[in-house]
Amino acid sequence: MSFRLDHGGSFIDRSRPISFTFDGVRRSGFHGDTLASALLGEGVGTFATSLYRGRPRGPIAAGREEAAAFVGVAGAGIDAPTMAPGLVPLAEDLVAEGHGGRGRLRAVAESRRDHAHRHCDVLVIGGGAAGLAAAEAASSDGARVILVEAQEQLGGWLLDQVGPVVGLDGATAEAWTREIEARLAARPEVMILKRATALGLYDQGFAVVAQSRRLWHLRARRVLLATGATERPIAFAGNDRPGVMLAGSALRFLRRWGVAVGRRVVVFTADDGAYAVAAAMAEAGIEVAAIVDPRPGPGQGAAALAARHGIEVLHKRAVAAVDGETGVEAVRIVPSGGAAGREELRLEADALLVSGGWNPAADLITHTGSLLRWDEEALAYLPPARSDDRVTTPVGACAGPDDPAAVGPRAAIWSVPPPAGRDEDECFVDLQRDVTLADLRRAVEAGLRSPEHVKRYTTLGTGGDQGRTANALALGILAEMLDTSPEEMRPTSARPPAVPAPFELLAGRNRGSLHDPIRTTPIHDRHLAAGAVFEDVGQWKRPLCYQRPGEDIEAATRRECVAVRTAVGLMDVSTLGKIDVHGPDAAEFLDRMYTGVFSSLAVGACKYGILCHADGMVFDDGVLARLAADRYLVSTTTSNAAAVLEWFEEWLQTEWPHLRVHCTSVTEQWAGVALAGPRSRAVLARLAPDVALDDEAFPFMTVRDTVVAGLPARLSRVSFSGELAFEIHVAGTDGTRLWDEAMAAGASQDIAPYGTEAMHVLRAEKGFFIVGQETDGSVTPQDLGYGWAVSKDKSDFIGARSHRREAIVSPDRRQLVALLPETRVVEGAQVALPGGADERSIGHVTSSYESATLGRPFALAMVRRGRERIGGTLRVTHGDGWVDAVVAEPVLYDPDGARRDG
Amino acid sequence: MAEAKLERAQPRAQVGLRLDPRDAELLDRVGDRLGTALPVAPGAVTRFAGGRVLWLGPDELLVRHENSGGSDLVATLEGAVGEGFGTVVDLSANRVVLAVEGTDAAAVLATAIGVDLHPRGFPDGHVVQTLLARAQVILERDGDRFLVYVRPSFASYVEAWLQDAIDAPAG
Repeated sequence: MSFRLDHGGSFIDRSRPISFTFDGVRRSGFHGDTLASALLGEGVGTFATSLYRGRPRGPIAAGREEAAAFVGVAGAGIDAPTMAPGLVPLAEDLVAEGHGGRGRLRAVAESRRDHAHRHCDVLVIGGGAAGLAAAEAASSDGARVILVEAQEQLGGWLLDQVGPVVGLDGATAEAWTREIEARLAARPEVMILKRATALGLYDQGFAVVAQSRRLWHLRARRVLLATGATERPIAFAGNDRPGVMLAGSALRFLRRWGVAVGRRVVVFTADDGAYAVAAAMAEAGIEVAAIVDPRPGPGQGAAALAARHGIEVLHKRAVAAVDGETGVEAVRIVPSGGAAGREELRLEADALLVSGGWNPAADLITHTGSLLRWDEEALAYLPPARSDDRVTTPVGACAGPDDPAAVGPRAAIWSVPPPAGRDEDECFVDLQRDVTLADLRRAVEAGLRSPEHVKRYTTLGTGGDQGRTANALALGILAEMLDTSPEEMRPTSARPPAVPAPFELLAGRNRGSLHDPIRTTPIHDRHLAAGAVFEDVGQWKRPLCYQRPGEDIEAATRRECVAVRTAVGLMDVSTLGKIDVHGPDAAEFLDRMYTGVFSSLAVGACKYGILCHADGMVFDDGVLARLAADRYLVSTTTSNAAAVLEWFEEWLQTEWPHLRVHCTSVTEQWAGVALAGPRSRAVLARLAPDVALDDEAFPFMTVRDTVVAGLPARLSRVSFSGELAFEIHVAGTDGTRLWDEAMAAGASQDIAPYGTEAMHVLRAEKGFFIVGQETDGSVTPQDLGYGWAVSKDKSDFIGARSHRREAIVSPDRRQLVALLPETRVVEGAQVALPGGADERSIGHVTSSYESATLGRPFALAMVRRGRERIGGTLRVTHGDGWVDAVVAEPVLYDPDGARRDG
Repeated sequence: MAEAKLERAQPRAQVGLRLDPRDAELLDRVGDRLGTALPVAPGAVTRFAGGRVLWLGPDELLVRHENSGGSDLVATLEGAVGEGFGTVVDLSANRVVLAVEGTDAAAVLATAIGVDLHPRGFPDGHVVQTLLARAQVILERDGDRFLVYVRPSFASYVEAWLQDAIDAPAG
């Protein structure tokens, strides 16, 4: 049977039918329908089944107040596992299904969602009468205003009114709304977001607003909350049966979509507003069996309205139960006040419209930390006149009723005791969570008094709607059960997102290759062409090795190591952090920051330095070059480039602002290559024929500005492999050219590009530690055998005091040693004493490689009292068992440094 | 398609300039050499023949020049600083400059930038340091276009983001 009336329905276009599928059945509605209005129009009352109890459920509301019936939607541009059917716009070929308890997540085709940031003077959330008036007033002098409205149409409750509306200067709701919208549209600084829902409101006027394909980040000087009010349900037996609906929503279905929610309805209200709903039903030809009102009598206007439409009003009565299994068959009415042995009246009806009063829909203001409070006059939980951060102001019905006296005598009714044969476990408080009066009573009997505790005990208000309709009802019921006032009940806080939002909307464009920046050096194209396998170092892509045909990573690494030890290798070192430290106090500053002394460094010389945090633990390391009396170039590890600069700035700005030093990141100003190996000098001689490169003219650990490959360059002699080596830096834009020239100049010397894996092996053979590999924030320079890099003469530096602590100088600490196992162990393997039953760890492996140079596997490890154990044998975990390893000095290759000068 | 165009707009020289804003004499000296007052208000940009000075922080400026090279501009500025305490660093290769122009330029940038791009909040001749998605950028309004200064290693990420926002705005 169709429940679509043949008249009315301001939203629908009856000339444009739409067919869709619900629960596998082909159905039809009209353009402008929602899924809820179309299904109700088709006579479908049951949309879904409840989560825990499996009870049939129909919609209790026309929009986002929905708490009972949820659907999953696919097709027609929507793909959502859980939606209120009143929020699903009907579209051709829409496919939806009712929840059988819970939603199903489907694999969805990739769809693009976007984010957008906007700022405004005034943000108005809610496009009903109050929001429209506020937006109009706020924008009249040219202020930037953004108006957010959840529906396609502006007007809110005005859309449910016919004829002139009180307070609109005699205009009809439609004419007034059209006029205001036209004015707003003509103002260039006004933006209206329709079908937009605020997910969250944050301090200082920041709001996140969702449309189906775009997430808005809005920042406003002032926020006006015009989100209206939410009608309260009432708890009685069978109040979850399809056909029991909030009165305001029933009016909405009638006015907007021409849908009758029943043929013969009963209205149960303690509020004059629902009398108008009854009258509208009667006018539309729907039989109104009675208005059931627990009050002694309504206001005069309401009484007259009922009389005019010949509607019987049952005063001091309440609905105690609904009969019917899958819908409303009859309504059982008892005297209110709940005396035992009550006489009962049974009225046949197919729908019951309920209004337990109205509560401001002010959940957004609680996002910012402001609290709602019970107001005895309004009989509702009201928001403060202004949010705690003084930015947000509730207006209109969101602030509370205009004038409580104007809407007749008021009474709060929360629940009605079930009649004989019925039970409190079918009096629902939170329909989405299947929480009943019986559950609340159990909570109270268990001794719980705080709404927060009851929420956690019963799960009330924890559904996707966050208890939008249930919370206020539950507070009133709890107050009654605890024999106290609703004022004593502090409402629980709502949290973002106010309505469920799909992850892909939150993700926006931050997916795939745009999910995180991939940083590449100026020479990246050359690495790609050379068959590089890349590894991630922070956000950087660095070549791990360069695979030739038929090689695996191990073979390529082995070949690259041999090239550096016997010929020459070329490595891209552009990612290393570089900081220009300049100023008359630069030397003093670096002496305080680093463990070593840099003030005595000669201009043109380089020196290795370690940075510690105040706890004395190694934070970073690198080579510092003194370019002038007042200028150093500091290099950092790739991963810590930004952190070291921040560390410098923190000390300069907060501790030593009197030091005249400027730090500038020049990491990307320069592209750099390392030319390493016994033939590196010969290659460089071809690149820089005018530069004297012999050991005397250009000794180890010196730097000069010169010309290399015809490019202005900074040339230094530093080595991380132990071999004769140079680093060449040119402007980043010249990086590719430098690489090409170096490869060409080295062709006759069998030059090979090498990657980070070979670099790691080569440095480990020399016992050089890597920050983050040998260190983990609990390792001192002394633990690493780098006490030589810590000044004994300086009065102070960051970490110095910690280095004197007893626990730090204790010989019991773990110390860096080399291990020589017969087979390659894994990094992270545990080290224990040899033989015996003592399997307690005394250390761990930090690096482990196969060495072509040594012709054997080796490892670096941090071992307790490690230096004492050199020459001895320890055990290392290996698979399910152990492998023995000889402990050795960490420098396994060329301990005398004979190869450094070529 | 959004109505916007993305292209590279690299100046010949970018030079970092650090000066104590309380040293009025030094500021005047450097400004005189360039032929413009140095910007002192947050986000201000001042112009001189062939170049501009961008305010990045209370004691941090960026000088860009279309015609002279980085080392020439460094020499000019170091000459002006003289014995005063100021730092001049050639940063010509340290940032790539992208230009975004067109009717939807601000909307394209606002997919990833949280600062106010409205002419009232970000007028012509204004500069700000901010994030574009997850990349740190300097953003300058230059007439009817926006200039985005970004480290070269982040440039392809930023270009891909903005091109994606131009090609495929959400429906």
